[in-house]
Amino acid sequence: MEHIQTDGNEIILKGIGAAPGIAIGPVYVYSKHVPRVEEKAITESEVESEIARLRTANARSEKELQKIHAFAEQKLGSENAKILEAQIMILNDGVLMGSIEERIRKELKNSEAIVFDEISKYKRLMFAAKDEYMHERAHDVDDVMNRIVRNIQDQRLYSKLEGESIIVSEKLAPADTVVFSRNQILGYATDLGGVTSHAALLSRSLKIPAVVGLRNVTKHVSTGQFVALDGYAGTMAINPGEATIEFLRRKAQRFREFEEQLVGICALPAETIDHRRVELSSNIQFFDEIDFALAQGSAGIGLYRTENQLIGRGSYPSEGEQFTEYDKVAHKVFPHPVIFRSFDIGGDKLAPDSSPEENPFLGWRGIRVLLDRPDLFLEQLRALLSASTRKNVRIIFPMISSVQEVRRAKEYVNIAKDQLKSRGVPFDPKIPLGVMIEVPSAALLAEEIAAEVDFLSIGTNDLIQYLLAVDRDNTAVAPLFQHFHPAVVRTIKMTIEAGHEQKKWVGMCGEMAADPLAATLLVGLGIDELSVLPTLLPEIKKIIRSIKYKDARRVADDVLKLATEQQIREYLTSVVKKTLPEIPLEM
Amino acid sequence: MHTRPAATLVKTAARFKSDFFIQKDGFEINGKSIIGVMTLAAEQGSTMLLRFDGEDEEAAAAAVVDLFERGFEEQ
Repeated sequence: MEHIQTDGNEIILKGIGAAPGIAIGPVYVYSKHVPRVEEKAITESEVESEIARLRTANARSEKELQKIHAFAEQKLGSENAKILEAQIMILNDGVLMGSIEERIRKELKNSEAIVFDEISKYKRLMFAAKDEYMHERAHDVDDVMNRIVRNIQDQRLYSKLEGESIIVSEKLAPADTVVFSRNQILGYATDLGGVTSHAALLSRSLKIPAVVGLRNVTKHVSTGQFVALDGYAGTMAINPGEATIEFLRRKAQRFREFEEQLVGICALPAETIDHRRVELSSNIQFFDEIDFALAQGSAGIGLYRTENQLIGRGSYPSEGEQFTEYDKVAHKVFPHPVIFRSFDIGGDKLAPDSSPEENPFLGWRGIRVLLDRPDLFLEQLRALLSASTRKNVRIIFPMISSVQEVRRAKEYVNIAKDQLKSRGVPFDPKIPLGVMIEVPSAALLAEEIAAEVDFLSIGTNDLIQYLLAVDRDNTAVAPLFQHFHPAVVRTIKMTIEAGHEQKKWVGMCGEMAADPLAATLLVGLGIDELSVLPTLLPEIKKIIRSIKYKDARRVADDVLKLATEQQIREYLTSVVKKTLPEIPLEM
Repeated sequence: MHTRPAATLVKTAARFKSDFFIQKDGFEINGKSIIGVMTLAAEQGSTMLLRFDGEDEEAAAAAVVDLFERGFEEQ
């Protein structure tokens, strides 16, 4: 985690913005009450009262869940409320409750100990599964177990929650999110979770700002402490200073005003006033994000990170598992295209079987791993090809640094095709292939690389890191990580021109694509596609729809004459302020 | 197993008096228990043994097999 220490006592923690918005207020640290379960022996004569206690607790738990469910349905729609139905079904599981009661009678133990033991068995089975879905369900099972135990012990939850606060917790269960939303909740911040955790999805639909993945935020704050949460930037400021608060208030105000203008833009194409079209798509890594991305007006998925399948497991997913995932994604995104990036492992993304390296970002990562492990590479290629029958699947290779690597990758694609042919498995024979331009050598060779493939996509995060020799995770040099560095701008220009020279389209994924300041410049440089976080998509579209291509080209020409990052930034700021004065720029 | 097909399976089995068990990978779970069925790691193409025991076992088996064949769509 990044700690950016600023003046005074202010500490800024960086996480992931899961639901947009700004929240400023006191913290309520919600430690998920895990009831302590002690095993106690009971006598034969106590059995009936023990079972009565269990049944009352179950009835009460169901009533609680029904209430939450009704509320969720009314406020979130039945699709979101379904998350809670599973818990209610478990409470009504006659087989489960029957065996719990039977064990109380036989083993003569207190009911909560038996409930804990019996339900934990299922929980362990679910956690043992390789499937992310099962892990999520295991949390639901955990939730319902704690609820029963709590009710047995006659404990009440949520009672301490008073007034307007920002909930800080290790993680939030869907039920918590919903109940909290009934109280005066300003925002959520959690240690764990990605943008797709249920809590994040629910926060977005409830329009409560949320920042997840703050690692150990629960250890940094205590109840009552003042914080400022920025759901756009994914940060939380502890003990924010006057300047930060003022900055965020202004940001919130401008975003509110601006968001009102974005209503209705989702259905419109991303094209300039003089009809230069840019494909505006989304970067995602989980299936569950697709709905949101499409609802935001995404023209497809510009980057699907397949590494998500490696999270929390010790081995690579099988070809069958991979196919199921890719096919599901391709089906959901259809008729729009989806670009799958082959496993980008190494660097900061540890592969199941890799060992620590002295210099991981210059080490065994991306395509280098795949070319050294043809077994893995071919498995993934076959799975991707098998999912391509709708002709909306594209594949992109990460970390390419030479033409040779592109040719070798293509050879493997051909081998995979032959293997599928001999198995009689259908696929798209013309599946478009692309290369991530994220290593300076690849940018220098962009024309030769473009000649080999169907498209290029500029991955700015790594490109800037390698081009400027700035470790993007090192806070000491963070100010040097500049996407408007003239060398970066020129490299982008060179790459786009090289692609166009070969009649191939050139896109961009990476954070620069989502910077409102960069949009005009990128359009002017001739970018064909921008792939951004779904939350930021309408804003970028708004900018594209507010400019003329011929003006953007002039802006690009002007920028290319500037020698410093500061000059470029100032110039682009003045451009955006002129074309779209209402846009909130303070990210 | 995903919650919705799991619920459909349990609901179908509950219409019959017979016991219903599912064996997979050496485990046996009660097919009338939602929490049990939820723990089944039943990806497409996996093999399971279904066991029915009771007075209406044939009807129960037919209904459950039919459910599998229809891809778990509720009638």
